[in-house]
Amino acid sequence: MKSLEELKAIREQMKKQLDIRDQSDSNIRVAVGMATCGIAAGAKPVLAAFLQEIDRRDLRGISVTQTGCIGVCRLEPVVEVYVPGQEKVTYVKVTPEMVPTIVADHLVNRQVVTRFTIGAAEQEEKA
Amino acid sequence: MKLIRNHVMVCCGTGCTSSESPKIADAFEKELARAELQDEVKIVRTGCFGLCAAGPIVMILPDGACYSRVTVDDVPEIVREHLVKGRIVDRLLHMEGDEGTTATSLNDTQFYKHQTRIALRSCGIIDPESIDEYIGADGYLALGNILENKTDPQSIIDAIKESGLRGRGGAGFSTGMKWQFTKDAVSPDGVKYVCCNADEGDPGAFMDRSVLEGDPFSILEAMTIAAYAVGGTQGYIYVRAEYPIAIARLETAIQQAREYGLLGKNILGTDFSFDIELRLGAGAFVCGEETALMTSIEGHRGEPRPRPPFPAVKGLWQRPTLLNNVETYANITWILNNGAEKYAAIGTEKSKGTKVFALGGKITNTGLVEIPMGTTLRTVVEDIGGGVPHGKKFKAAQTGGPSGGCIPADLIDTPIDYESLTAIGSMMGSGGLIVMDEDNCMVDIAKFFLSFIVDESCGKCTPCRIGTKRLYDLLCKITDGNGTLEDLDTIEELCYHLKESSLCALGQSAPNPVLSTLQYFRDEYIAHVVEKRCPAGVCKNLVSYHIVPDKCKGCTLCAKNCPADAISGAIRAAHTIDSAKCIKCGVCLGNCRFGAIVKV
Repeated sequence: MKSLEELKAIREQMKKQLDIRDQSDSNIRVAVGMATCGIAAGAKPVLAAFLQEIDRRDLRGISVTQTGCIGVCRLEPVVEVYVPGQEKVTYVKVTPEMVPTIVADHLVNRQVVTRFTIGAAEQEEKA
Repeated sequence: MKLIRNHVMVCCGTGCTSSESPKIADAFEKELARAELQDEVKIVRTGCFGLCAAGPIVMILPDGACYSRVTVDDVPEIVREHLVKGRIVDRLLHMEGDEGTTATSLNDTQFYKHQTRIALRSCGIIDPESIDEYIGADGYLALGNILENKTDPQSIIDAIKESGLRGRGGAGFSTGMKWQFTKDAVSPDGVKYVCCNADEGDPGAFMDRSVLEGDPFSILEAMTIAAYAVGGTQGYIYVRAEYPIAIARLETAIQQAREYGLLGKNILGTDFSFDIELRLGAGAFVCGEETALMTSIEGHRGEPRPRPPFPAVKGLWQRPTLLNNVETYANITWILNNGAEKYAAIGTEKSKGTKVFALGGKITNTGLVEIPMGTTLRTVVEDIGGGVPHGKKFKAAQTGGPSGGCIPADLIDTPIDYESLTAIGSMMGSGGLIVMDEDNCMVDIAKFFLSFIVDESCGKCTPCRIGTKRLYDLLCKITDGNGTLEDLDTIEELCYHLKESSLCALGQSAPNPVLSTLQYFRDEYIAHVVEKRCPAGVCKNLVSYHIVPDKCKGCTLCAKNCPADAISGAIRAAHTIDSAKCIKCGVCLGNCRFGAIVKV
């Protein structure tokens, strides 16, 4: 026998689990490159770090998906962030340590972490 | 801690189950374990997505990739490519028409775009065997609020009235009024019943089955709320025994709800008590009629009784009884959670909300759709349904099953609502929508529905028992080529007598398929009667097969395959068909490589 309070608690807990099925267009989408190159470079811990961080901060409306190889294998693990209505941002050579920063700055505060992006990496390579 | 990153939604409705979807779910379990992903990917066995024609359906979330016609052999590839490497398996993606849809745009497909899913809101989205998932999808929110705030029962009924919801079983009576009558009725011993009609019997209809299979808790919650509103003490769901999956899921749901204290004594610790039991019907069509249904629940032979008294006053065991259809109940919690005015904003002036239809017959996307009332038949057939396949022409649509009528091609722009359909001689019915093309003979269709009625008439009243049989005999006379023009008049007269004098809706509506085809396709009846010809080439006695001598090469293929030995001729010489022996099976026509055989 459940009480009204228990019913509400179950609802809150299950809502988080069911979030993954929300297909709304307003969701922020985080796509982690998980092709052979990505996995070899350590994409799996990065994916797990995103899931953990989003869960820890109790964030809603963000879907974490996988994607294949986008062709810049030397820069893997690659993470693409799609905020609706904004241009896609590509982060490269992502490590689990970088994830809390990306989540806090970009996903929550909508500030692109420029130093982790593909643009910064390419400039570094030229220099 | 387990962090699930993907949900694999495997449709386990009746349609996909028949093409082995449970085995697909099992295969996913095995392959995920092999790839060591069992803690990262969750398999969810869901109810119907609606795309039955393309089943089995597997959807991978949150990516949104929708795979259709999946086989057990495809599973290792999906796991290896999609779930391990994040590469969508393009060859299995659901394609719509000639243009493929992209992975993330299932909601943009023509099939889904025109739909508004209220009754089907959770079908295909939650695991129907998990009360937790139902609660997570705002399940028991409405009941919880009512019990917490001790809502006045009258205000619930007022909200249902205000929403404009009408019975989805076919008759279209105001649901709020029905609740009001039951609430106002006085029971001698305080007992009132709340029943759910899940005896879905129309040929080709499977809306209620899909709701029960995909979202069974929504029916339990709605019935519990109804009981709170009208003062019900015990509930019954009358479901046909031919729906084994729906029954199994309902049983699971009832048990889980009892364990959570959401059914039974002192629901959620309050002093409100209500319980639900299942009653299985043996498949008699007449038991979908409310008085026959109640007679059957009482343990008697399922026969209707005269009304009044209406069930709301004297129903089950002579107590006030509320009886609603599955789809009607499926709308209740949505209305209470989202507001009656929001529901009333959907649809037409007199027909509010949405209606679920089971699309079948000569249509590309056979399946389950939910549309706002007032959507035109054209949108349903051409846009959502993907039109008539094989380049054939749309001829008519049949709504309302054996009680409904045919809508001809020139009325395809008719809006679908209670009033418009009745005005053109059809009816909303429970939601079967059968599409017919130029190869369907309308006399034959009328005969088919009538033969169904003849089988299903309970025999209690004479007009229905004998009238439908006589009507059927007259139609047979016409399709056999022995009809006269006077027979057409007799048919019409008999139809009116049946309508006027039958005891229940089964007999009263039985003539509808005949009358509406006579109204819109009288020329076909006349062709059968006067020219002794079946324009669609369906009625066997009125077609004959011939071999065109100039085209026949004498290959003997037709003669070899003829099951009746009706074809003769020497090798490399034109053959002939002996019409006395010919059984008109059409095998020769299918076998001839030279187009030498014609059907007249």
